[in-house]
Amino acid sequence: MSEFRQRIEAAIPALRRYARALTRDAETADDIVQDTLVRALRSEHLFHGGDMRAWLYTILTNLNRNRLRSLSRRPTLTSINDNDAATTGPDTGSRDISRALDDLAEDQRAALLLVVLEGLTYREVAEVQGVPIGTVMSRLARARMQIKAYLDGERPALRRVK
Amino acid sequence: MIDKDQTISEEELHAYVDGELPAERRGVIESWLTAHPEDAAKVAAWRAQADLIRARYGAVGSDQPPQRFNLARLARRRRAGLAAAAAAAVVAAFVAGGVVGWMARGAEAASPSDLDRFTADALEAYRLYVVEVRHPVEVPGDQRPHLVEWLSKRLGSPLRAPELERMGLKLVGGRLLPGPTGASAFFMYEGPSGERFTLYCGHTSDQETALRYTTGNQNAAYYWVDRNLAYVLSGPAERAKLHDIAQAAYDQIDTRTPPRGG
Repeated sequence: MSEFRQRIEAAIPALRRYARALTRDAETADDIVQDTLVRALRSEHLFHGGDMRAWLYTILTNLNRNRLRSLSRRPTLTSINDNDAATTGPDTGSRDISRALDDLAEDQRAALLLVVLEGLTYREVAEVQGVPIGTVMSRLARARMQIKAYLDGERPALRRVK
Repeated sequence: MIDKDQTISEEELHAYVDGELPAERRGVIESWLTAHPEDAAKVAAWRAQADLIRARYGAVGSDQPPQRFNLARLARRRRAGLAAAAAAAVVAAFVAGGVVGWMARGAEAASPSDLDRFTADALEAYRLYVVEVRHPVEVPGDQRPHLVEWLSKRLGSPLRAPELERMGLKLVGGRLLPGPTGASAFFMYEGPSGERFTLYCGHTSDQETALRYTTGNQNAAYYWVDRNLAYVLSGPAERAKLHDIAQAAYDQIDTRTPPRGG
């Protein structure tokens, strides 16, 4: 296997983790990961060294954004059984964190997860999201403020219509 | 020394939590937090959020990746997908050319959808098979009754392979093809100097139409609909000749059912 493919393969667990937290749905997450891999394989000539994971996160983030854009043109069907909550073990409040993530705007959620879950630096997140570092920081601040409000038990404002 | 009046921005608190600050700055923040419990509470809350997120999602994906992420397989599928996309692009270019020629005639009655789809598929099949020397057809023309019976059965409608000997064309044979609405029948004819014409036929819900002419780069087609079957006669772009052949085929198919009181 080429070095390029080996590096992609090594990133698969991280991509699945990020996609899962981003979408909060196992199937959707793996669909996006697969699309990301296909796109990456096709774009080998566009990868000029550097951090493979950050490059893959960029592809994945963009694909998810496209997905949400096309979803927003259709009525959303939400499963009554929240399939993500069901997979958790004892309820230790982790259901709440996934609900809290649900309520965030997409770009805020992605920024927070890239920093907190994936350990990217602000600069790397700025590159992934294609925005200045200041924008990343304000997304992060808003995400944390909203999650705090949710966990502190404030009634959330009307659930954002996705 | 810490300037007592200096305030720490919230931005810097986030940067502190996320390990974005240089070491000397971290010390400043830590002193600040000791003196400012409300900021210390914020920082603690943000760290707790991060812990919840990591506890919930940190282990996801650490199991063996499923087979669908096998890169060698994905790469193979990608090449197949590209080939299909390239073929589709060729068809699209062809149809675009055809539609322009078609609109130039100022015709408007036929449904553009079935006309386009059938014509594109028919021309594609034409270009694919007329170049075949050894295997242009599945069933040769000397088994005409068997060929017609077989294709009629597959399409679920009685078909006829028009007899075009009068035009100097002999039936090479035919084959079954996938078409825009399911199975399509494909007949190939050959003239004395080797020029080939094909008749492509499949189900449509379009209304009956008379002959419609479409032209591509090298090839052209006549399209018509008769009793819920769409027909496309394709051949070299020589309009008068193609028209005569299409007209002959059209006439024969049109009188397919025995004339009443005949």
